[in-house]
Amino acid sequence: MSVRSTITSQFQQVAVEQERTLAPLDDELKLVESGLDSLSFAIIVARLEDALGIDPFNAAEAVEFPVTFGDFVRLYENFGK
Amino acid sequence: MASDGLSLWESISLRGVPAGRLQGRGAAVALADFARGSALGGRLEELRGRSVLVAVRDQLTAALALIELDGVASRMVLCTPDLATQYLPQVIRDAEVDASVCDALTVPEARVGVSVSAQPRLASATSTRRASVRSDWILLTSGTTGAPKLVLHDLASLTAVLAGESPPKAPLTWSTFYDIRRYGGLQIFLRALHAGSLVLSDRDEEVSDFLRRAGQAGITHISGTPSHWRKALMSGVTSRINPQYVRLSGEIPDQAVLDGLRTAYPDAILAHAFASTEAGVAFEVRDGRAGFPEDLVGAPHAQVELRVQDETLQIRSAGTATCYLGADAPVLKRADGFVDTGDRVEGREGRYYFMGRRGGVINVGGLKVHPEEVEAVINAHPAVRMSLVKARRNPITGAVVTAEVVLKEPAAAPDTATMVRELTESCKRVLAPHKVPAMIRVVPSLEVSASGKLVRPNA
Repeated sequence: MSVRSTITSQFQQVAVEQERTLAPLDDELKLVESGLDSLSFAIIVARLEDALGIDPFNAAEAVEFPVTFGDFVRLYENFGK
Repeated sequence: MASDGLSLWESISLRGVPAGRLQGRGAAVALADFARGSALGGRLEELRGRSVLVAVRDQLTAALALIELDGVASRMVLCTPDLATQYLPQVIRDAEVDASVCDALTVPEARVGVSVSAQPRLASATSTRRASVRSDWILLTSGTTGAPKLVLHDLASLTAVLAGESPPKAPLTWSTFYDIRRYGGLQIFLRALHAGSLVLSDRDEEVSDFLRRAGQAGITHISGTPSHWRKALMSGVTSRINPQYVRLSGEIPDQAVLDGLRTAYPDAILAHAFASTEAGVAFEVRDGRAGFPEDLVGAPHAQVELRVQDETLQIRSAGTATCYLGADAPVLKRADGFVDTGDRVEGREGRYYFMGRRGGVINVGGLKVHPEEVEAVINAHPAVRMSLVKARRNPITGAVVTAEVVLKEPAAAPDTATMVRELTESCKRVLAPHKVPAMIRVVPSLEVSASGKLVRPNA
């Protein structure tokens, strides 16, 4: 499974668990408008660390906090490159 | 009354009529109007000498009531807006409440004793403001079972950190993501009253709308937890404010959030403070790096004394609380006056770094979770023998809750996916969302110590 599809499925899974209505996931979607709250993002990041073996937020160099879904995917795709 | 013996209103009007404002989401109040105004419908005198439950929902209303009540009520109990109704009887009993200040959203269980309605505005009142007592300020903080602990402060301990500071040269406009009925927010409220104005947050307001409102009010100083700030960074709305000073407190900030804020506000003073309801404000670090310089510990004659014992940070100062209220209340302060923060620290290369809580209390985005409380729910499942709930570091909320579960008879139990689903559902039924484990793993065994106790990390 690609990084993008892993992330997409985690967004969908956590939205169901947290009983939140997820907006359609396109790259321009602002995370603040995704329907998810901070706790949902926290769970997504923890599960992605298990699924992908990386936590780009905890990198040695400064992290640009993602604002859109596209930023979020790129943060994971570009990690370590 | 503060250390100089003045009540809150006396101290903010000491140098003449204050020019500042308190600004809520829907209303604003000029502090000057307090000289002849009241939010309590002219009934302040009925509350003189009483123990008053401040049970209003609205934050601006609470702010106005606190200014009026200090020096008048013998005690003010600051109800947090999310206090569960089930805990009200205990709070009312332990604080010996005999009066209440309410608004339209106050639950009936909180309308006790002499019940006075308050509003988020000042109506003209004829009586002169007169302070006659040194009021207790009671803050609520969550305890092991989820029931609140009542922490006793007074205005002197709450403002101890301000005592050594000179007033600002120009008026400041403060804001905070915190509710002012929590210690972190109350600090900003008291600071702002002495320095200028305050823009209050609103729990039902989106972060983007709040920051727009703060920006329009021209805020110069703002505080929040690292979780508040991560949310602001991820909302892409940090440019709506242009503060001179940005403060983080209430949780341990990591380097990522400090760097994120440094990038967002390159010209601002970026400060992270360590404080707790019980221990008061310990220090503020302004170098933009996680952790704190080791020379803060053991500094002689410091206003706030820090020491590290058993890898845990302890604090002694004029800003610490007096005690917990209530029968069987635990000890807050050691005999030598130090408060044990329960926060573990480790020294590395001239700096101390926070290593999590002793006793395993988990901090999820500023909200406490006691592992035992979650384990009790999991262990109630008929197929579960035992469980261990612990923190997992998280870049968004500081930590999330995870659980490891041992089954009674693995062969007879439902499959793992079903177990995880059933346990998650039962946790969701009785626990607040931040307490529900984000991950549950079924494991063959858990380590038990010689004394028969579950081995907890950091315990």
